[in-house]
Amino acid sequence: MAAATVTAHRRLTPQTPREWLLWGAITLLGAGALGVVALHRGEPVNALWIVTAALCTYLVAYRFYALFIATRVAQVDPTRATPAQRRADGLDFVPTDRNVLFGHHFAAIAGAGPLVGPVLAAQMGYLPGTLWLLVGVVFAGAVQDFLILFCSTRRDARSLGDMIRTEMGRVPGTIALIGVLAIMVILLAVLALVVVKALADSPWGTFTVAATIPIALFMGLYGRFLRPGRIAEMSGIGFVLLMAAIFGGQQVAASPALAPLFTLTGPTLALALMAYGFIASVVPVWLLLAPRDYLSTFLKIGVIAGLALGILIVRPTLQMPAVTHFIDGTGPAFAGALFPFLFITIACGAVSGFHALIASGTTPKMIATEGDLRFIGYGAMLTESFVAVMALIAACVLDPAVYFAMNAPAALIGTDVASAAQAIGQWGFQIQPEALTQIARDVGEGTILSRAGGAPTLAVGMAHILSRVIGGQALMAFWYHFAILFEALFILTTVDAGTRVARFMIQDLLGSVIPAMRATEKLAPNLIATALAVGAWGWFLYQGVTDPLGGINTLWPLFGISNQMLAAIALTLATVILFRMKRQRYAWVTIAPTIWLLICTLTAGWQKLFHPDSRIGFLSHADKFAIALREGRLLAPAKTPADMARIVFNDRVDAAVCAFFVVLVLAIVVYGVAVARRALASDRPTAQEIGQEAGDVVVA
Amino acid sequence: MSWWRKAAQTARLMVGVPDYDAYLAHRAAHHPGEPVLSRTDFHRDRIDRRYGTGKGAPPRCC
Repeated sequence: MAAATVTAHRRLTPQTPREWLLWGAITLLGAGALGVVALHRGEPVNALWIVTAALCTYLVAYRFYALFIATRVAQVDPTRATPAQRRADGLDFVPTDRNVLFGHHFAAIAGAGPLVGPVLAAQMGYLPGTLWLLVGVVFAGAVQDFLILFCSTRRDARSLGDMIRTEMGRVPGTIALIGVLAIMVILLAVLALVVVKALADSPWGTFTVAATIPIALFMGLYGRFLRPGRIAEMSGIGFVLLMAAIFGGQQVAASPALAPLFTLTGPTLALALMAYGFIASVVPVWLLLAPRDYLSTFLKIGVIAGLALGILIVRPTLQMPAVTHFIDGTGPAFAGALFPFLFITIACGAVSGFHALIASGTTPKMIATEGDLRFIGYGAMLTESFVAVMALIAACVLDPAVYFAMNAPAALIGTDVASAAQAIGQWGFQIQPEALTQIARDVGEGTILSRAGGAPTLAVGMAHILSRVIGGQALMAFWYHFAILFEALFILTTVDAGTRVARFMIQDLLGSVIPAMRATEKLAPNLIATALAVGAWGWFLYQGVTDPLGGINTLWPLFGISNQMLAAIALTLATVILFRMKRQRYAWVTIAPTIWLLICTLTAGWQKLFHPDSRIGFLSHADKFAIALREGRLLAPAKTPADMARIVFNDRVDAAVCAFFVVLVLAIVVYGVAVARRALASDRPTAQEIGQEAGDVVVA
Repeated sequence: MSWWRKAAQTARLMVGVPDYDAYLAHRAAHHPGEPVLSRTDFHRDRIDRRYGTGKGAPPRCC
């Protein structure tokens, strides 16, 4: 245990007066900054106060709470062999430097989620979102990421599904697998919807994003045949071509001949995306997916760093009020009151069940020592939370009236600037119609009205901040389309890769009934499973695009509920494992966030099903349209009775999906309680860890 | 390890390509004299692994 004392077994309480002073100062600074953010009323608050409050919170949480969880709760043992040491093969299992591995893990967990959720939640003001991001990550999100990484590292880097099967039983294992597939489908649909919303009727954006396909193909061929393995080279070339595509897009948008070719409606874009998703996930990975992944990964890291620098340099003030009256549930971006819907809308960034899949994926295969677990598991999630805080800031530095013009559906604000300015004025945010036209012109778009989905709002916010660092007003349109491109690029990478993962899961599940479906290398099962995967998310996507309330209002809560429920499932597993390790006296660390997530997701699930307000409840929305249909009336946006019938059907499917998630999570919790009780009754640890005995070493 | 080398390693691992020299060192230490993948094949193998759909294919995040 001598080496163990280095990092992991640092004393919880500060040891020297200097340490006491340092942590006292950080705590005071953080508390002060949080006080300014929370209590300042009337005048605009500078965004740096939020940044300061967030950073101090992270530091204190990492130093004390994460250390407590690592040393007392999990009892990490830096001398114990990790899968990377025991099974080292130089390929999958490689003991990796903690900083290098941190980058890998962070790049894997940071996606579009932490950028979209906080932007939507900004409709309630900056304060609720900020507080949930900070409290959520410290007590739920980072705890989940750390503990699942820890459990997987002690179990030969097994996946979440495998761990649920071995620690809780076969049935909950299968339930979790089906749940993950369903969540995947909703996730892909909602992310694709974000892209459609950003590109609809935008020739500039559509051209740039379409140009990424030939660029990626070129990079793929270059990296396969001309200069194999030269990632930096091909990414550099790709980046230059991307920038050229942004400038090209401007020319296209200005050209009367070319612009109509790239001016597409939502439904057309949705169908195009489905076709793309299908083709992209059956062609070889090196041709399209890998080069696109390189571009989107490096661009993502670059933009996150750039945004952080931009906020530090510009020090913008927040225009959005701390709390808006939309906490009552009448908000235009998404319907539903602060509780529970704020905690559903901001999923990633505070706590994200999807991370449990990453933390039990490639990362545990490369952990060099258990002493690194806190830095990588807990630390990377804190960083993701910071990304979400920055997205929230970018949305809140905009004039609130602009924010609401962009995020309210046409059903509420009409389709021209005059009606929008009037409707938004009635909500208490005054703006001249000309100002809305001017902003659209500044960012090089025809209109900015009703562009829900987070991406365009974030892009305007980022353009607002970045153009004040480089380029001023002249480069505003460039920065806007740069931000749109960056989001679309990595969402499309996720759609492409996610379709492949969903395809494999479908083949696996169907394979247990029809063995022929399991042949992943055969063309026919491959095409069938891919078509099923694309069909599933494509169906929800198309429904979202044609949704009267804007789609995001329907799909994002469904995604949030499912993602938080997956987190509840992961935390239930962690709780069960703590009981089986006979460390139940510390199980409150996971039980408390599990209960909070269950309260939020079950309440939200119930309201999405049965709420009498047709903007919130799926069934009351279905009833409203069904009654009108029976009486022979048409409700906008339906134009025919068939449209009406489709809306009713869609609502009922959404309700069924929502009910399915609720049943799923309840089943896992019931199993979890039963297994925990059995573990409690046992007089010795029953957790099935691997790697304790020297005989476990199997270096390949 | 120099600062630059570490940064390059981080960037490569972000897209799923581990260190080739570490692979060579591992092969030399545990399987001396046995054939190793060339840099090109190593790279191809890693691409297939990262985006392959077989067991243990890394999941994607939102």
